[in-house]
Amino acid sequence: MMTLNIAFVSKLLIIPIFFGIFVSLFALFAVYAERKISARVQNRIGPNRVGPYGLLQTIADILKLIQKEAPYPFGSDKIFFNLAPILSFAASFVIFSVLPFNYYLCGLDLNLGLIFIIAIGGFNVISILFAGWSSNNKYSLLGSMRSASQMISYEIPIALIFAAVFIAFNSLNTIDITKAQENYFFNWNIFGGDNHLLKRILIIPFSAISVIILFIAFLAEANRTPFDIPEAESELVAGFHTEYSGIKFSFFFLAEYSNMFIAAALISIIFLGGFSSPFGYIGSLLNSNFIINIEQFFWFTIKSLSIVFLQMMVRWTLPRLRADQLMNLCWKYLIPYSLVAVFYALIISYI
Amino acid sequence: MMNEAYNLEYKSLKKEGDSEIMILNMGPQHPSTHGVLRLELKVNGEIIEEVIPHIGYLHRCFEKHAEACNYQQVIPYVDRMDYLSSMYNDFGYAIAVEKLLGIEIPERVEYIRIIMGEFQRIASHLVAIGTFGLDVGSFTPFLYCFRDREKILTLFEKTCGARLLYNYIWPGGVSHDLYPEFKNDALNFLKEFKRNLKDLEILLVENKIFIERTAGIGVLPENIAINYAASGPMIRGSGIPYDIRKIEPYGIYDRFEFNIPVGEGMMGKKGDCWDRFYVRYLEILESIKIIEQALDSLPDGNVFEKLPKKIKPKKGIVYSRVESPRGELGFFIISDGSDKPFRIKVRAPSFVNLSILPEIAKGCFIADLVAILGSIDIVLGEVDR
Amino acid sequence: MTIKEIFDLLKNRFENIKIYIEKFEVGEEYIVVSPDALKQILQEIRNNPRLHFDYLMCISSVDDANGEIKKDENGNKIIKGGTLSLYYHLYSTTRNHKIAIKTSVDRENPAVPTAIDLWKSADWHEREAFDMMGIKFEGHPNLKRILMPYDWNAGFPLRKDFITPEYYNDLKIPY
Repeated sequence: MMTLNIAFVSKLLIIPIFFGIFVSLFALFAVYAERKISARVQNRIGPNRVGPYGLLQTIADILKLIQKEAPYPFGSDKIFFNLAPILSFAASFVIFSVLPFNYYLCGLDLNLGLIFIIAIGGFNVISILFAGWSSNNKYSLLGSMRSASQMISYEIPIALIFAAVFIAFNSLNTIDITKAQENYFFNWNIFGGDNHLLKRILIIPFSAISVIILFIAFLAEANRTPFDIPEAESELVAGFHTEYSGIKFSFFFLAEYSNMFIAAALISIIFLGGFSSPFGYIGSLLNSNFIINIEQFFWFTIKSLSIVFLQMMVRWTLPRLRADQLMNLCWKYLIPYSLVAVFYALIISYI
Repeated sequence: MMNEAYNLEYKSLKKEGDSEIMILNMGPQHPSTHGVLRLELKVNGEIIEEVIPHIGYLHRCFEKHAEACNYQQVIPYVDRMDYLSSMYNDFGYAIAVEKLLGIEIPERVEYIRIIMGEFQRIASHLVAIGTFGLDVGSFTPFLYCFRDREKILTLFEKTCGARLLYNYIWPGGVSHDLYPEFKNDALNFLKEFKRNLKDLEILLVENKIFIERTAGIGVLPENIAINYAASGPMIRGSGIPYDIRKIEPYGIYDRFEFNIPVGEGMMGKKGDCWDRFYVRYLEILESIKIIEQALDSLPDGNVFEKLPKKIKPKKGIVYSRVESPRGELGFFIISDGSDKPFRIKVRAPSFVNLSILPEIAKGCFIADLVAILGSIDIVLGEVDR
Repeated sequence: MTIKEIFDLLKNRFENIKIYIEKFEVGEEYIVVSPDALKQILQEIRNNPRLHFDYLMCISSVDDANGEIKKDENGNKIIKGGTLSLYYHLYSTTRNHKIAIKTSVDRENPAVPTAIDLWKSADWHEREAFDMMGIKFEGHPNLKRILMPYDWNAGFPLRKDFITPEYYNDLKIPY
């Protein structure tokens, strides 16, 4: 039971504020990073005028978006039109409460952490449908239907892989999964987990398959290329966010980047050791809890950011899949492979 | 693999009075980069029943203007028809007028014309490949192609002062001689370019997702290609080795050794979008060969000696054709003895290739239509003149 | 085969059709046919296995401007009488020879049978000839304007006596 003391109340206040600041800073950084990375991949420079090395470019963009007129399309349903971007961002933000950044900054110690994530992920779908429907635009509606079907289909491999993870690693609680991979980097789940040698060797292929399926499915959840049919400019049908401008549009954008971070964070929690450091903590030599917390935050962010980098590189390298090829990939290839992963995890768990 | 279901014979789902046909308009302004073309689509769900192209948005009455100008004044107009390969337009026109005049041009001019023409072919194919990748969704090859095209345009700019519309090849010669370091610059560029082409190969040619999007789509069978008078990479992608540089050599193309790449259905059916794209990619490699051979044996001479001051051909009619990057570019000139042409008619390759679109786009998805249009490689300046 | 040989073959095949070769000082020679025999000749050159012209490169329409120049009521020069000509350029992919065929029709009532059932590429070429010169092709399924707007009713632009109209749909040309 929770007791109302100073520690609990301070945690209740500090953590949402901290996560709010973190998400905003991350979105700023991610937009800038995407523009710079895409520019370097394409052999050009990217923004370098606003501020040193173009660092203030995102702030300039936000100022521009704030002062834009955001009209309502003719005949739109005002309640849902306003609700959709808020819901989209709120859903992504709520998931942050189960991501552990260090020993202190974990919002909720839920034993059902991963299932909570799948449940809240459903709100993404609803918000897209709200956006498409309330725009009163035939093409937005078509785009949002396509996007909704894509996101629902790709939640299935995610759920199956989470079930496999539960069977193999014995826990759905994100904090427990992370704590089981502490100590050194060869205890990370991608290298076999903290087990005896035979089980380690058997877990490695399971981790490999699961990481790949999870990465692809999360790309589709966040509507990134090669699955970005809803946002494609050179296709005929416009996306679900055509009628949005100004701050409402930037909320959708913010939600997309938070989804990217959540995907990266989940992959790093389950397979790459979460907030644990590969070598052991400097803080434990100095016997200071505070320094350990800072180090853990640092390692968690580094791991997640490298996977975000990988997602961005994939976007700027691969072409786009057609809508039916996308569904083909999910139903005919990812779901059978995730079922195979589940059965394999069952076998491993007996050893 | 994934496209097998759509290689079946297309049967129309439309019954009498079926109200499922929706008319969609891909309006004159496109998200893709092909210019002002309006496509009227009759779709059933996402499958296209019929495509009707509407052209004429860029019609500038070139043929009527030409009847009021001298033969030399027509050259800038000719440039602006196919603005992505304007060296070749100049080349075709110059050859047609020289047939009417019956003059022989110096050797050096012949070599310069071929070098410039083949560089222009590389530049135009780079645009075609880059924008085709952009239509399909991959953003990076577009910029790599344009980076290399910039270097070719710099070469052109140093020679004749213009980057896109050159006014360079005149009947009887060329307007400027090559600048002194042209040969070194060109050879350095080619060396670097051959390395960069390997990037393009990995990003597009062998990319599995790209192959899924383009193989087996928009198949053009051989007999339909000949009946519709397709030319250029359209017809070579269907397996027919029809290249005017080999059939009816103009200039001094018969002195160079090069192959004609032909589509073979490597990744799908013969004559699909991937084949046409691959033919363009291989043609870039062949053009590099021709340029290297021509630069090797470039003779000296005066390029201005046969340039006529006043062009006044005798009465006659000529139809001459060249192999421009998009296909067979034909000039039909009637001269009545004065210094203004009586009639110039241009047979534009994109005009004829675009008329095949309704035939090959039946039964595909809307997303595929964008890919097919990109593989036909039209330039609206030519289609509408 | 050279043009002379093709011409002899056609002359032997069709005895009662007027057909002759024309050549000027420079340029190419071409075969001239009258419009009522055009369809027969076109069918023959496509189906005859020694000729086998299966590739229609271009159909060009020309205003010969060989009638009388008169002045109409507004003082503009118009041409009465005379002919409009069509030039067909064909190529054979199997035998590797080219040919050019010319027909001339009256200026007042130009009508020619269509070639669309022989070569599909004639479709858009004939529409352009109709649009620019006003030559009607009988049997064409969709003879509409192609380069000018669909409701342009002020004449045929490439004729030598074409006068630019002042207004089109309440827009002033030239502005």
